[in-house]
Amino acid sequence: MLTMPPFAVVRPRSVDEAVDALAQGGRLVAGGTDLVPNLKRGLLDPKRLVSLRRVAALRGVHTEEGGALVVGAGTTLVDLAADTRVRETWSALARAAEVVASPPIRNVATLGGNVCLDTRCAYYDQTDFWRGALGHCLKTCGDVCHVVPSGKRCVAAFSADTPPVLIAYGATATLVSARGSRTVPVAELYVADGARHLALDPDELLTEVRVPRPGPGARAAYVKVRSRAAIDFPALSIALVLARAGDGAVSDVSVVVGALGAKPRVVDGLAAIAAGRPLDEATIGAIAERARAACHPLGNIDIDADWRRAVLAVQVRRALATLGA
Amino acid sequence: MEQARLETITLTVNGDVRRIAVPPERTLVEVLREGLGLTGTKQGCDEGDCGACTVLLDGRPVLSCITLAVEADGARVETVEGLADGPRLHPLQEAFVRHGAAQCGFCTSGVLVSARALLEREPAPSREAIKTALSGNLCRCTGYTKILDAVEDAARVLREGGR
Repeated sequence: MLTMPPFAVVRPRSVDEAVDALAQGGRLVAGGTDLVPNLKRGLLDPKRLVSLRRVAALRGVHTEEGGALVVGAGTTLVDLAADTRVRETWSALARAAEVVASPPIRNVATLGGNVCLDTRCAYYDQTDFWRGALGHCLKTCGDVCHVVPSGKRCVAAFSADTPPVLIAYGATATLVSARGSRTVPVAELYVADGARHLALDPDELLTEVRVPRPGPGARAAYVKVRSRAAIDFPALSIALVLARAGDGAVSDVSVVVGALGAKPRVVDGLAAIAAGRPLDEATIGAIAERARAACHPLGNIDIDADWRRAVLAVQVRRALATLGA
Repeated sequence: MEQARLETITLTVNGDVRRIAVPPERTLVEVLREGLGLTGTKQGCDEGDCGACTVLLDGRPVLSCITLAVEADGARVETVEGLADGPRLHPLQEAFVRHGAAQCGFCTSGVLVSARALLEREPAPSREAIKTALSGNLCRCTGYTKILDAVEDAARVLREGGR
């Protein structure tokens, strides 16, 4: 049995109480489906957890007057995926939420928890005994990376399913602390350091995510490549949003890829190769090739990196063909 | 010192109200098995992968090995022990016996409570819906076919007026 180190749990009932508690130090826990296993593996040793489970104001989905979707960070993934408005208008977000882990995990895991999910690595998500036997790495207390031995920064894999989709849709996140609140694009929540990949300050709480309404004719998809479709984290995650003009030409296309390094990769340079062109085989092939060239899967996941890179191009091509059909 | 770290929580377990003092880092499965003697819920992988520890928390399947007991304070908890009515097995349990859907049995209690939550929500689920609902419950023995057959059969029995 895996035991946890002793800690205290505080259980605020409002956002104000939560940020006050957080200002005094502690680590946030919502569903706990990522944090508790990590505590059991001895990856973290917080003295105090600030539980968000009783903060009712963080839960719920609504749409704004301008048509944007607003999802409370405490909304469970099962509720997000089941919401009719989300399924109809932000279908790729519903898809990403419904392919996270398994039903009993989605019943408690939250959108905020998924957005703030810890990075994962074949050399990190192991027991203390296992890690100690090999020698500790950059993400814990060591000074070497077992994935890139010459590397100075941790490259643990960004493994959350919803953020690539949120970034592709152009979503923003609201962060609240005892000092005030700010709104930042979801894409800017992450930095390329797997040991500390969140740009949130330690006293900041993610309260909600706002997703703009896709333009008319826009279509989106989320593709998750993994070993076991029932429960696994992504070996590759690909979010695509495609907008087309009245004549069928591509007006905008976004491709965001996760499960590479510590932050999602927004594939750049797509406008130059796709905008104004018909979505034919040549355009689809060019987008897929651009995605392959821009993304570099690493040995941080126990599925071959070269295979994942080859499959990435295939999946982008298939997804675009489906969206264009 | 240890006493000061205990928190008193109230759980309604299979209909019985239980007040228990627990340290904050104790998981729900540990409280159920060791504190309340309800050993039907199994501690398998103990890190949220296998589903053997599945219980219903306010009617929804959750993994009790990664649920802190203090987080369940005030909730309704239903374990596999809550399925049978005295000596009379639940139709799901009877179907599992009929179909040989339990082999080593370690995953069975988790599978049963996941299936119960599904049938409460959806009395006539498709085979696909059953597969999805049970996708967090790993079984290394049966190959799943007999489990799916049993759940389909139990759903039919329940619809036809079995308990």
